[in-house]
Amino acid sequence: MKSLYGYINAREKVMKGVFIGSALFSVFALLSITVFLFWSGVPFIAKIGVGDFIFGTKWAPLADSPSYGILSMIVTTLYVTALSVILGVGIGLFTAICLYKFCPKKLVSPIRQMINLLAGIPSVIFGLFGMTLIVPFIRDYVSPTGVGYGILSASIVLAIMILPTIVSVSLDAMVSVPNTYFEGALALGATKEQTTFKVMLPAAKSGILAGVVLAIGRAIGETMAVIMVIGGSPEMPNSIFQSVRTMTANIAMGATELSGDALSALIATGVVLFVFTLLLNVSFSALKNNSVKKDRKKNKEKRYAKNK
Amino acid sequence: MTDTVKTEERYNISVKNCNLFYGDFQALKSINMEIAENEVTALIGPSGCGKSTFLKTLNRMNDLVDGCKITGEFKLGSLDIYGKDTDINLLRKNVGMVFQKPNPFPMSIFDNIAFAPRTFGIKKKAELDEIVEQSLVKASIWDEVKDRLKKSALGMSGGQQQRLCIARSLAASPKVLLMDEPTSALDPISTGKIEELMDELKKEYTIVIVTHNMQQATRVSDKTAFFLLGEVIEFGKTEDIFVNPIDKRTENYITGRFG
Amino acid sequence: MRKINRHKSQIALYSSLKWISRICTAVSLVSLLAVVLYVLINGVDKLSIQLLFGEYGKYPSILPAFVGTLELVAVATIIAVPIGVASAIFLVEYTNNKSKIVKYIRVATETLAGIPSIVYGLFGYLVFVVLFGWGYSLLGGGLTLAIMILPVIVRSTEESLLAVPDGFREGAYALGTSKVRTIFKVVLPSASGGIVTAIILAIGRVVSESAVLILTIGMVVNKMPVSVMSPGTSLALDIYYFASYGYPDEAAATAVVLLIFVMILNLLATLVGKLLKKGTGEK
Repeated sequence: MKSLYGYINAREKVMKGVFIGSALFSVFALLSITVFLFWSGVPFIAKIGVGDFIFGTKWAPLADSPSYGILSMIVTTLYVTALSVILGVGIGLFTAICLYKFCPKKLVSPIRQMINLLAGIPSVIFGLFGMTLIVPFIRDYVSPTGVGYGILSASIVLAIMILPTIVSVSLDAMVSVPNTYFEGALALGATKEQTTFKVMLPAAKSGILAGVVLAIGRAIGETMAVIMVIGGSPEMPNSIFQSVRTMTANIAMGATELSGDALSALIATGVVLFVFTLLLNVSFSALKNNSVKKDRKKNKEKRYAKNK
Repeated sequence: MTDTVKTEERYNISVKNCNLFYGDFQALKSINMEIAENEVTALIGPSGCGKSTFLKTLNRMNDLVDGCKITGEFKLGSLDIYGKDTDINLLRKNVGMVFQKPNPFPMSIFDNIAFAPRTFGIKKKAELDEIVEQSLVKASIWDEVKDRLKKSALGMSGGQQQRLCIARSLAASPKVLLMDEPTSALDPISTGKIEELMDELKKEYTIVIVTHNMQQATRVSDKTAFFLLGEVIEFGKTEDIFVNPIDKRTENYITGRFG
Repeated sequence: MRKINRHKSQIALYSSLKWISRICTAVSLVSLLAVVLYVLINGVDKLSIQLLFGEYGKYPSILPAFVGTLELVAVATIIAVPIGVASAIFLVEYTNNKSKIVKYIRVATETLAGIPSIVYGLFGYLVFVVLFGWGYSLLGGGLTLAIMILPVIVRSTEESLLAVPDGFREGAYALGTSKVRTIFKVVLPSASGGIVTAIILAIGRVVSESAVLILTIGMVVNKMPVSVMSPGTSLALDIYYFASYGYPDEAAATAVVLLIFVMILNLLATLVGKLLKKGTGEK
């Protein structure tokens, strides 16, 4: 018996160590990613000059006198992200609202399952879809310049891509609002529609906002779907029908020319992108904490009310 | 680690000056109790009086609760329950517990019963077979399940599940059996079966039961302790407590004036 | 009177918003389905034996991509699943959410989940291709993907562990079972449905990913990988390659294959989750 329990207790300690070690692996991975990127990217930015790198408008790493300005790509990234999120959130949020209250109950579950299934479509397939259908369509029927590639195509493709995320996050946020709000408003004589838009939607605000931030993150970071429909010229966007390049596309397209300063420039682009997403992450967790705190406060108030 | 539970002959429980805190809240206040072998001791009292909490100090289930501090002297025979060298797993093997809600594991009936013996290194099929049969017989459920030992335990009725859980505890060959309101989730017929069973089991085990049901306490127990707000108000022979309570509060409680 | 009119117009406004929401639902569904149907219809007649199973020679084949994808999945899951499940076990079974270390781990997993795949690609390139001197290799790609899917596995495993009733744990402890044995014999089997689902979904992400791979495995489409140290390609990467380098038909056909793969994985995940739930008798 004694040796059995000695063995068991030793095993407990070893396994606990294994579990802690594994859990710390995430921290280790995040630190290494940060360190490697900054280590390899920041010196280059310093050499070029932060201003020249971020606000420089000319990207010509292979020219005789190379220049490494990525402003055009930052602007393009922001354009594409903004447009796709406006499109995607607009349609996705309304879809969630419809599934929440204005759709036959029987259809809700199958539609949700279908949307979840579609959330798994690989981005390269969205890219292919955009490249072979949306880009030619825009070129032939919409674009005044006769160019199909560009911000509009990329935004449409990305908007479709982020739809499932927005629909399911917003729907979850609304479903978690207590139904008593709904009944209360109806009892005051409001119509179902009024209640949904004026009571339930605001009550689910923080959850929906978190979903929007998530969608922004996906749009900023998406590479494949964008690279296949954006054209790829490192130019300042003057129109949404013009071949341009996002930061992600810059990194992926430059992958074949990796060497020397050009390589460092790509890594530096990655650093800027990384910082962008870190900022987004911070605001995302702030939003989430905020809503959690609010919920806690609400619960506390409820408890006080009960005690009285 | 040194040796812990020797094969002692005596398995009475002796608690001296037990205090228990959840954070700042004191849930048990200087409790003293001598729990005799081969008897059923019932812990009664209104909800939140600390009787379940006290029960859980005896097999150290409170160790799992954050911010729980326990002081006092706890002895099982000559073993110091909270001793530095006491192996908690071995302690719990010797002090079995049955919970309020039947909690069979999501596996077959056989595997449920064999779980504890396997934990202690018994692997031989024949040996396991014997332990499983004996435990189920002791818990008087063998006849009901002997033909479906390979079926999931979750398919049984609530009363059967609870007796299965008792059998599962017995398979660990404990010396003490703690029962935390074992019949509160069951129908009267299952309750009757489990009460009969306790009468049988006390010949071999020291039994401590927490119950809300005072009739149950009178039916099954030899000694009764009345808990109120974390204190033991009265502890003695069950007949004395119910027929001639010394304390006014005990009388009020057992006559149904509060609780 | 005016008030009543305003009230009426308000009702009309919200009623029209309801119709807008219905239209938007239709738009969402149509556009998402359009992607799937277009890819399927456009590609299915371009599938050929040569493309699927032929040798890459005069005509392209996706056989190397099959092998590459399998190797990537193997490497990524072999590394990420044990680490991810063990992390989740630590977070759920050993900690109480208040300790600092848990906070750091949570921030780290959340941040990892938000990093764009191309940044993972750069990291993989810097570490495995350059620093370790492996050059482009499936191993390097697989390891990079392992880090990428880690947060997915951690989070879903955590959820399934939290869903295991505490009664199971208490029951096991009360029998004198050690914590580790309780975890492996009672908790993990009860959570297996959720964990398997998580693993399948993570495999889906590996199969879908392409941006990471451009920078780590080299997009060598025409050579069969000899070992995990060889450069290679994957199905998703093949689509990009074919579409960008003048093989539109092959791109369309490969997209059908990839799409079917991913859909099967997703359906499988749902199915396994349901089946295993039934198996443990949960409702």
